[in-house]
Amino acid sequence: MVKINTSFLFGMLIIFFVFPTASSAGPRGTPKEPIVFNNPQIEKDYLELAEELRCLVCQNQNLIDSNAELADDLRREVAKMLKQGKNKEQVTEFMVDRYGDFVLYNPPLKSSTWLLWGGPFVLMFFALFIMLRKINAANSEKNTASSELSEQEKEKLQAILKPSPNKKG
Amino acid sequence: MKKQFMTPLIIFGFLVVLLVVGLMKAKYVRDVPSPLIGKPVPEFSIPTVGDQQKNFSSEELKGQVSLVNIWASWCVSCRAEHRLLNALAQQGINIYGINYKDELVDARGWLSAYGNPYIKSAHDISGRTGIDWGVYGTPETFVIDNKGMIRYKHTGPIYQDDITEKVLPLIEQLKAEQLKAES
Repeated sequence: MVKINTSFLFGMLIIFFVFPTASSAGPRGTPKEPIVFNNPQIEKDYLELAEELRCLVCQNQNLIDSNAELADDLRREVAKMLKQGKNKEQVTEFMVDRYGDFVLYNPPLKSSTWLLWGGPFVLMFFALFIMLRKINAANSEKNTASSELSEQEKEKLQAILKPSPNKKG
Repeated sequence: MKKQFMTPLIIFGFLVVLLVVGLMKAKYVRDVPSPLIGKPVPEFSIPTVGDQQKNFSSEELKGQVSLVNIWASWCVSCRAEHRLLNALAQQGINIYGINYKDELVDARGWLSAYGNPYIKSAHDISGRTGIDWGVYGTPETFVIDNKGMIRYKHTGPIYQDDITEKVLPLIEQLKAEQLKAES
């Protein structure tokens, strides 16, 4: 039996109506202006970086997809650094220094990530190994079955092949 | 014959174990390990919330063991942990604040309403200092040693358990290190 506590529900309703701002709370700051590029190469670098860098707030989105406040700040920071003449590696280093390898959607190969990079190959070789074994097993079974007959089978065969006089009409 | 049925079952069992372990770990997944641990605090010098004429600089964090707490008045879980920070400040723990992307009037209102555990708070309106600290979800709390090195980071609201199990023992250890270095 589930008994609904009406005063609890009523309380929740009051909270929702009295504090509507609780759900829309977010960082404050000066209004933002769009990011503008004069140089197509910088714009291209910017777009590539914003695709490769992960948003720390919505962790399954990259900077370019994310609507989070921090993602916007980081996009601006990336644009600013590129405009200052920094290259893509320097910008990536800046991000990794602050947020770790986690910001990279393309993580570097090192001791802590070997499983990530090598895992699929290990699994593939394991699957290949199992498959070859299965195929071999199936083949050898077929070979023994077709090439040699047991004594019982030979007798049965002889019996079938022997012409039986009584059935001749 | 029996073996043929067992193989998928074993694989299934293995997958279940894998997924259960993944689910149990899931709540920690948001915790991005900070590359700043073991590094000096990022340099900054920006006006304080209390007095815009005065700056709070990272230099001030050297020579003492302290907590740096990233907070904002718009941050709901900051309010949840605030009581604990007040209690820590009363115990004599040095707590500094970085007020992250907040309007001055809101930040001041918050401190007068809920108490001010901070020796001083930097007013990081642009969030640029926050980026240097690798902030991605307020509140965040850092433990700083007397050399101005970041020794621990806690992301999200801090709970009593975190304080008694992690923060306070670490502070004790760092204070002991400081005494040893000075003697």
